[in-house]
Amino acid sequence: MEMRFVWQHLYLVGVACVFTTIIGLVLGATAYIFKFVRPTILWVVDIMQTIPVLALLGIIMIAFGATSTTVIIGIVLYSLLPVVRNTYTGLENIDPGIKEAAKGMGMTKLQRLFRVELPLSFPIVFTGIRIAVVTSIGTAVFGAVVGGGGLGSTISRAILIQDMTTLMQATLTLMAMAIIFDFGMGYVEKRLNAR
Amino acid sequence: MVSVFLENENDAIDREELYMIVYENVSKKYNDVTVVDNLSLTINDGEFVVLIGPSGCGKTTTLKLINKLIKMDEGTISIDDKNIMNIDAVELRRKIGYVIQQIGLFPNMTIEENISVVPKLLKWSKEKCHQRVCELLELVNMPYEENAKKYPNELSGGQQQRIGVLRALAGEPPIILMDEPFGALDPITRENLQDELKVLQKKLHKTIIFVTHDMDEAVNMADKIVFMSKGKVLQVASPEEMLNKPADPIISNFLGKLSFSPNGNDLTCADVMKKKVLIVPETKKTLECVALMKKRELNSAVVVDVNDKFKGAVTIENIREHGKPGEMISKILDTQIETVMITTNAKEAFDKLIETKADYLVVLDRDKTVAGIITGSSMTKALASVVWGEEN
Amino acid sequence: MSILGFLDKYGDKLIKAIGVHLQYVFISVTIGLVIALILGILLSRVPKISKIVIPIIGVFQTIPGLVFIGVLFIYLGMKPITVIIALSIYAIFPILKNTYTGIVNVDESLKEAARGCGMSNVQILFKIELPLAMGAIFSGVRMSTIYTVSWAVLAAMIGLGGLGEFVYRGIDTNNKVLIIGGALPAAILAIILGLFIDFIQNRITPRGLKGGK
Repeated sequence: MEMRFVWQHLYLVGVACVFTTIIGLVLGATAYIFKFVRPTILWVVDIMQTIPVLALLGIIMIAFGATSTTVIIGIVLYSLLPVVRNTYTGLENIDPGIKEAAKGMGMTKLQRLFRVELPLSFPIVFTGIRIAVVTSIGTAVFGAVVGGGGLGSTISRAILIQDMTTLMQATLTLMAMAIIFDFGMGYVEKRLNAR
Repeated sequence: MVSVFLENENDAIDREELYMIVYENVSKKYNDVTVVDNLSLTINDGEFVVLIGPSGCGKTTTLKLINKLIKMDEGTISIDDKNIMNIDAVELRRKIGYVIQQIGLFPNMTIEENISVVPKLLKWSKEKCHQRVCELLELVNMPYEENAKKYPNELSGGQQQRIGVLRALAGEPPIILMDEPFGALDPITRENLQDELKVLQKKLHKTIIFVTHDMDEAVNMADKIVFMSKGKVLQVASPEEMLNKPADPIISNFLGKLSFSPNGNDLTCADVMKKKVLIVPETKKTLECVALMKKRELNSAVVVDVNDKFKGAVTIENIREHGKPGEMISKILDTQIETVMITTNAKEAFDKLIETKADYLVVLDRDKTVAGIITGSSMTKALASVVWGEEN
Repeated sequence: MSILGFLDKYGDKLIKAIGVHLQYVFISVTIGLVIALILGILLSRVPKISKIVIPIIGVFQTIPGLVFIGVLFIYLGMKPITVIIALSIYAIFPILKNTYTGIVNVDESLKEAARGCGMSNVQILFKIELPLAMGAIFSGVRMSTIYTVSWAVLAAMIGLGGLGEFVYRGIDTNNKVLIIGGALPAAILAIILGLFIDFIQNRITPRGLKGGK
């Protein structure tokens, strides 16, 4: 098994998750602030996850070709749900008293969002990001089909040439990756919640 | 498993049994902590027994030993001379009603289904189950048509616990265990349910074992109070006796030195009575009167004449049994009600309440208008106010 | 190529592919559901063991479906049973986890009330625990179904049909029409099945378990 694919995999997941987090936060905050787009945003994000990954990747491929861009966009679309939903819920569930107090201090809506509400809801947003990262590691496997590389390629090739050793190595690496991220970020999460 | 209980099942139900519950040297330990310590206690048939004590005294454990939700380590408990160890736990529980503080109505079942859980387990026929549900709902003034098809989350807390009590009564068990059943309810609902339960118990002649940590409640309800501390029984006595002669400093402490102190002698009925009373003119029609009572969750009302002078009282049962729709309540009102004057000394009033075994006394002003009523719980409240000072 | 043109050319194949796809999904989810319910119920009886077993299951869930299909393909060869077994295993996880959590999360006081009423353990399971866990079980089934629709696309990887056939061939030959022709129906299928399960759940949930609680 070539290490190159592991790094490639991590690269795909890493880049995708940065975008997922940014877009997820924006969409979540938008859903929170603008009531009229809320159902649409939450519905679309939910539907995204319903669409089979391969189908989604195939469609994106039409526009972006067999590149890592396609895979990254696919992963982002596929893992938005937890970040958007948690951002929205996190903001929604902030103690009304605190919101009131911030308002009382003369903060504008945006100031309140950035200085008070988002920081307060960060722990729950972080949970969303953790779920997104772990999902992404699995989703990225499909990247191989549309030429994006990563451990998916290793696995596909191993299946093709019936190479059990490599298949197992790649699988275990993936599992290890998922578990390490899950536990590592879970640990941070606990620390965040303890504050 | 063939049990003694099962073999005698038929006589157990048909015969007029004395369902005496006897604890003999019962102990229960959790790890190294003794929760019930060599406890012996006899509970007579038809008795309303309240187990009370500070938290962790073992009262709930003592209760749950009876229906084997908790298994004892040592000693025996027998019901009607049969050792419960020889009775299959599931069979035993179907013959003992059980009400808990969290109410525990099954949210996936309608009220009717909730009430008929035990009858169904006992394999009653459909018609019999249905009839039983109607009859029980009637008992707490919750009409079948309005309530049977509702789900628990569609009822108020007080109504839910009424159904909780009905569910326990449904299988016609001779014994009912209640673990702080009204603990989670607001004070007014709580008092209403206490009154209703007391009436039900007298009517149905059930043995009730009731756990609470609230002395008000204990005094209000109990025939016999069992005071526990650290797994042991400190005193078994009637409410009056326990208030008058607490057998142990722990009890007097718990009562907050609740015995009749000299201060108490200065109180008059005006200080201790409940002022919130449903007063209706005797010219009111029966149905109107029932509607008013329901709205206030009361089962009785004080009746006055056109000049607001006291005439008597009506209860909802009274109206149901003797009243006709459209009739004035003056025709069915009970005039044999014990009364006291507002200036009467509170202790005298309490003595009268205890002596006459009335549920309440009507307090009258000098001009014979109704000022309030005194019940068992007014009594404890009065005592509390002596100890802790007036709330206002 | 217009939609009509596409349908004209591939209509029969598409319908057949949807049929095969649905078969995979239906059979695997059914098998997965039965196994998951049994295991979930058994696990809920032994909380001590489950505390260890459930996280392990979570770890296995991180294995990509691709690997399952791949490994089984190597051992069993190119047969539909390969796909069915792989998908069934995948379908088990979410339902199992939710069945277990659903049962374990039933309020202790309700179980005590049921015991106090004289219900046997089996009666408590069927009358109280399972009905109350139904919501969680349903969302598990929903997840499994949607995953399975997704994973079933992979069946085409080992040449066993389904909508993946279109997607794969499209990707291989860079034929956009074929990709969309497979991807869109698969997406719609997943959405419709999701909605269908929601609908059934809504129908069989008693009123008392709906709404704010």
